Amino acid sequence: MINVNGLTKRYGEHTAVDDVTFTVPPGTVAGFLGPNGAGKSTTMRMIVGLTPPTDGSATVLGMPYAQIGNPGLSVGVLLDASAQHQGRTGREVLALGARLMGLPSSRVDEMLTLVGLNGTEGARRVGGYSLGMRQRLGIAHALLGDPQVLILDEPANGLDPAGIRWMRDLLRGFAARGGTVLLSSHLLNEVEAVADRLVVIGRGRIVAQGTKDELLARGGAMVRTSDDARFAQAAQAAGWSVTRLASGGVSVEAETDDVGQLAFDQGLVVRELRSADSAGLEDLFLTLTADTAREQVPGAEEVPA
Amino acid sequence: MSTTTAPPPPAATTAPTTRAVPFTRLVGVELRKLYDTRAGMWLLISIVGITAAVMIIGALTMKSADKTLDNFMGLAGVPQGILLPILGIMAVTSEWSQRTGLTTFTLEPRRLRVMGAKIAAAVLLAIVALVIVVALGGLLWALAGTGDWTLGAVQMGELLVGQVLGILFGLAFGMALLNTPAAIVAYFALPMAWSIALSIAGDRLEFFQRWFDTGTTTNPLFNHHMDGEAWARLGVSHLVWVGIPLAIGLWRVLHREVKSA
Repeated sequence: MINVNGLTKRYGEHTAVDDVTFTVPPGTVAGFLGPNGAGKSTTMRMIVGLTPPTDGSATVLGMPYAQIGNPGLSVGVLLDASAQHQGRTGREVLALGARLMGLPSSRVDEMLTLVGLNGTEGARRVGGYSLGMRQRLGIAHALLGDPQVLILDEPANGLDPAGIRWMRDLLRGFAARGGTVLLSSHLLNEVEAVADRLVVIGRGRIVAQGTKDELLARGGAMVRTSDDARFAQAAQAAGWSVTRLASGGVSVEAETDDVGQLAFDQGLVVRELRSADSAGLEDLFLTLTADTAREQVPGAEEVPA
Repeated sequence: MSTTTAPPPPAATTAPTTRAVPFTRLVGVELRKLYDTRAGMWLLISIVGITAAVMIIGALTMKSADKTLDNFMGLAGVPQGILLPILGIMAVTSEWSQRTGLTTFTLEPRRLRVMGAKIAAAVLLAIVALVIVVALGGLLWALAGTGDWTLGAVQMGELLVGQVLGILFGLAFGMALLNTPAAIVAYFALPMAWSIALSIAGDRLEFFQRWFDTGTTTNPLFNHHMDGEAWARLGVSHLVWVGIPLAIGLWRVLHREVKSA
């Protein structure tokens, strides 16, 4: 369980995170989505107490993170897989964590096996690791204390497709057993496959949040019938938001099932019917963040990551 | 690189404990972090190696009458005084320069405890360093020494105080600056500049030299000429040179945002 309540972080004039509120219930994977510099990392650092918030608060498992005793046993955190001492071996990184949490050293080998780092790789120094190996090590470190909550910042970054698939299965399994997962990404297809809930952030503000199905339904449907005018009228009467398209057809904010049913009820022939979300979350994401993405804002000031 | 093994199930309903990680365990981990990296290991090997080399060369070139245990051990003061503080600096600054602070301060969010553990670990290491110096000195004395085993508990204590103050000096500068090169440069340059300025000023600032120059105030520790005033001067000078940076450093560590870039 993660509760974020009105978290705000200002750096001088610049507001990096602006009144961010969301909840991740147990048994769910929440995807924290946003373009680079949107405030995802800053929000996550505030949740775990590394960055003092300007305003607002956050709790993990019902208490502020900083008050949890031996937090490694309750919350697994991976904020930056490369933030490890380059001269320390992967195995030693885990051994230090295990020792601090009071776990037997056998746990280190279990975790190395779990994330698919073999003995030779574990004995190598992190400085020589690929980004994918660092992510695996970071995930092993987060899972070390058998936590109930995982907070992972861009964990799929640098993983190969097989690795992304592996992590997806791992996180789904974790949530299925009642765990809570918050993971961030700026790549939608990574999140689309694994998250139940989405929190979309742009320029420090939440622009959309809800279950994945809810957010996708917003995309609506595009339909062409034998009488578009009559269909549009009926759709409006049904309380849907309707747009007549110049190219012919009607864009409706409704599920394709309901659109088809309405056309049938009106005795109209459906000539074309498709979900507007055919491009998946990508369109939604780009639409929601279009006015906040940095590509759209030439000369925008540097936003701390 | 891929595996299908599932992780053990998380206990969904267990409330988190409020019982903190025991301090002794924090100290153990911080101690281990001083030598489990390539840089840390080589620094320790260098400290022992250079100390041994200086003591052996010094012992060989001494006049026979000077080859007392105390003189042998005095030789270790210079290399240890230079190198141990670097270890203290790196113990703190690596959390920022290597960004390990992200992990350290999420596993123990009470940063004051982490800093306390670092100080305790550094003090333990200073004790180990002293034990090594005594062993080396004893060995040299047994092989080529003269005189009696003159080292008493008081002298040992004085040497230990010197070692501990040296490593704390480094820790304090590391905490205040949170940057390895800056802290190392400042650690060497500032007291040196101060000493040079004082010596140029000559007699007029003699008072400052006697009370605020750690090079001067630590001298009696290694020569075993400590008396009441010497202890007072040692305390005052370190209150300034260790206490102030330590206070600034603790404030910075407690309030500073820990981030990856």
